[in-house]
Amino acid sequence: MIRTTLKKLALATAITTLSLASAGLAWAEDTIKVGILHSLSGTMAISETTLKDTMLMLIDEQNKKGGLLGKKLEAVVVDPASNWPLFAEKARELISKNKTNVVFGCWTSVSRKSVLPVFEELNSILFYPVQYEGEESSKNVFYTGAAPNQQAIPAVEYLMDDIGVERWVLAGTDYVYPRTTNKILKAYLLAKGVAEKDIMINYTPFGHSDWQSIVSDIKKFGSAGKKTAVVSTINGDANIPFYKELGNQGISAEDIPVIAFSVGEEELSGLDTKPLVGHLAAWNYFMSVESDENEDFISAWKTFIKDKKRVTNDPMEAHYIGFNMWVKAVEKAGTTDPSAVQEALIGVSVPNLSGGYSAMMPNHHITKPVLIGEIQKDGQFDIVWETSGLVAGDAWSDYLPGSKDLIADWRTPLSCGSYNVKTKKCSGQNY
Amino acid sequence: MSPFSIAALVKKPISLLLFLCIISIPAPQVMAEEIPGNNLLDDAWKTLSSKNYNNKAKALETIARQNPPQALAVMKAMLEGQLYYSKHNKALYFLQETGEHYTFSPVFYGEQISQKNRRGFKKVKVNNRLRSTIRQLLAVIQLKHKDADIRLAAAQELLKNPDLSASHLIEKAAKNETDSRVITTMRTLLAVIQIENGNETEQRSAIETLSQSLNSSAMNALRNYQAPTEALKNAALSAIKKINDKRDLYAKAETVFFGLSLGSVLALSAIGLAITFGVMGVINMAHGELMMIGAYTTYVVQLLMPNNIGASILVAIPAAFIVSGLVGVAIERSVIRHLYGRPLETLLATFGVSLVLQQMVRTIFSPLNRSVETPEWMSGAWQINEVLALTWNRLYIILFCLAVFAALIMVMKKTTLGLQVRAVSQNRTMARAMGVRSTWVDALTFGLGSGIAGLAGVALSLLTNVGPNLGQAYIIDSFMVVVFGGVGNLWGTLVAGMSLGVINKLIEPWAGAVLAKILVLIFIILFIQKRPKGLFPQRGRAAED
Repeated sequence: MIRTTLKKLALATAITTLSLASAGLAWAEDTIKVGILHSLSGTMAISETTLKDTMLMLIDEQNKKGGLLGKKLEAVVVDPASNWPLFAEKARELISKNKTNVVFGCWTSVSRKSVLPVFEELNSILFYPVQYEGEESSKNVFYTGAAPNQQAIPAVEYLMDDIGVERWVLAGTDYVYPRTTNKILKAYLLAKGVAEKDIMINYTPFGHSDWQSIVSDIKKFGSAGKKTAVVSTINGDANIPFYKELGNQGISAEDIPVIAFSVGEEELSGLDTKPLVGHLAAWNYFMSVESDENEDFISAWKTFIKDKKRVTNDPMEAHYIGFNMWVKAVEKAGTTDPSAVQEALIGVSVPNLSGGYSAMMPNHHITKPVLIGEIQKDGQFDIVWETSGLVAGDAWSDYLPGSKDLIADWRTPLSCGSYNVKTKKCSGQNY
Repeated sequence: MSPFSIAALVKKPISLLLFLCIISIPAPQVMAEEIPGNNLLDDAWKTLSSKNYNNKAKALETIARQNPPQALAVMKAMLEGQLYYSKHNKALYFLQETGEHYTFSPVFYGEQISQKNRRGFKKVKVNNRLRSTIRQLLAVIQLKHKDADIRLAAAQELLKNPDLSASHLIEKAAKNETDSRVITTMRTLLAVIQIENGNETEQRSAIETLSQSLNSSAMNALRNYQAPTEALKNAALSAIKKINDKRDLYAKAETVFFGLSLGSVLALSAIGLAITFGVMGVINMAHGELMMIGAYTTYVVQLLMPNNIGASILVAIPAAFIVSGLVGVAIERSVIRHLYGRPLETLLATFGVSLVLQQMVRTIFSPLNRSVETPEWMSGAWQINEVLALTWNRLYIILFCLAVFAALIMVMKKTTLGLQVRAVSQNRTMARAMGVRSTWVDALTFGLGSGIAGLAGVALSLLTNVGPNLGQAYIIDSFMVVVFGGVGNLWGTLVAGMSLGVINKLIEPWAGAVLAKILVLIFIILFIQKRPKGLFPQRGRAAED
């Protein structure tokens, strides 16, 4: 009964949004429609609202530059309300009813998995801006966030080589991204000669707030005389009580550093950073990156959102890259027709915010630098390490037995999302 | 090439009294030019403004070894992130921040610069590894500090990474030491070094010393100990056993504390519900959001008094009670009073109210989490010994929970309002016949329950995120506690909360956090099958309806 009410409520919101959007239908004939599929209410609103605003800003800027192919861009915003099945419904609505040519959206992997069949059936394009567990490559999805080899693996390499960590706690929230990432990391660590007993894996429910015993376990695990680090795939809200408990139990970043894959500037802006100083995060972009593109982006963002204190983060950069790639591909193809744009996108290269260029690979993932930052008192990151060059996203992990031999290449003649190089067969499964 | 090191060495005689270094420095009267490694020191200072952390660590070791007068201040500033260098000539500066004002004072030469930003200067970057190197280097210097607490911290720091080369310094320091805690730590430290490097008699006494300690370095030293003889091996093994027995005991005490603290959070969030649901019979799905309002009130109070974080929590307690209480009264007057006796409609209506409240908070405060700062007096832990430490915030929340509970019992048992509440909940018609204004009592009772939810919100704001979803996380647990304890029984709620907390924490170590939650839920379902009215069922006539 609760679900029905939720759905109805979401539907009502959506209808309002739609009617607002359709107010501009009079001149809809000459516009190119860009769909934005981010939750504006419910649990994920905390992260996704910002991405919606980012997209509105990017579209606005593009229109100021004269639009695309001589037409104005028009944003169509819908609210899937953090409800996974609703994501699929909304995606269908965007593509079939609103006739959008491209959609930017989703945050959680489950929402992406939910919309995937819709995009494949209607042959549209989705830009997905968040770091994820990999093991997927769809013809219709372009992954601008990090694959595990663009975030998790370099982070562990840094801890191992630069910090000298020998004992590992892999702590995560109990869902698909942490489970897959930890599986990959464990395989990687074992391959590097770390003993099984030096790896501790721990899962907690969503929004876990009582970390006392887990932190106490980590403390015990870390007191065995070997340098210990926590690799955290703990999601969203659960992070704050976790770091607070670490601080209260007297574990400093020097004793047991925690490296997180889901803690960024936006998350830090909502909390007391005292207990977090010195802990680490791995991303492909930090607001503190020193480059001209980044300066421009930050000031444009602050002006657009009319808040001097707002921060920028990694998924925002992913949308920045993705949107510019799409614009360039449309210009190259001369049309917004999804099939033509899909082809044109591969090989497109645009500036990223860290002062280099990111290119779309044939597996629909992009090249990015990997940065490691230490949390500062002001909620910003001090970049302490970065990869020497760009890292290309790997759709199928090299460390998992099932996906070692798989590659994705969407160029003809292969045109396959999971091609087995040993058996020379395309599994036909696209995701 | 060496303007600063000469300046540094001239001042050396004084500083030598204060500082102690790993390898003793040449006598102060030696002229600067004659000291080998003078250029080394010079280069070391320069390396600090470079990028490579390994080189910086080496440079710091050089600096600590030579120990110029600036060493201590520079290392401390690096730890605090207050060492900067000028982009222009790479000279080092200390930064002092006062509000919007930045003052850069030179480490060696140059003029003090005051400006409104950090333009022209760059921070000397420090990472975790470098920080622990600095702490180790500082610890050696601070073993002779005046303050016993600092000496203790220094000895403990050294214990994390015992080093043979420092042993004669520690021995010397231990001889002059007066504070018993510091002596014990130093003895343990020496034993850790000796068990590896000493002769057999030294090893034997080291084992004896280590068996008294609960420190993990001591334990690791015993575990890694390669005994030359069978007797020593047995001595080490029995020492390990002795320590382990002690540790197990403390670990059990810790688990119980964790359980009670989780239990107090559960009980605190359920007490308000025990009033609205337990006493009044309203299935209040907006209970969680009333806690959320309490938490946001704490946030607003902190915004209003940014310079008094310590006191703000105390102010927030009555403020949250009043705000949540008023919202509760408003909900009762506008929605619930029309729905008495229709539990399903109440459930749906209050669920709707909860969504409205959540979205309202999203509109007013944005969907992002807000930060409530933990006051100084609530951070950290009460270190009972090396292995047992009770965190202050949890201790205070246990006490707070008990205080709220006691106050509530007093209100229910000793005041007119309490009497009327009990009368109305037992028999509404009879109470009205006796002249009790039942509608007024309903509103106040609901307000009381809501106000207590607000108090729970204050406690939660210190433990978890203050965001629109705060309430959702606790609503199910709250209902669980009330039902388990027995609807309508306040004592039942307290006992149920505490016991569920302890059960959860007992299961968690071997089942994991996810499974522990599931097992607790299954346990409650089975328990309710056996005793549908909970732990302490209502007796007498009131229980009939």
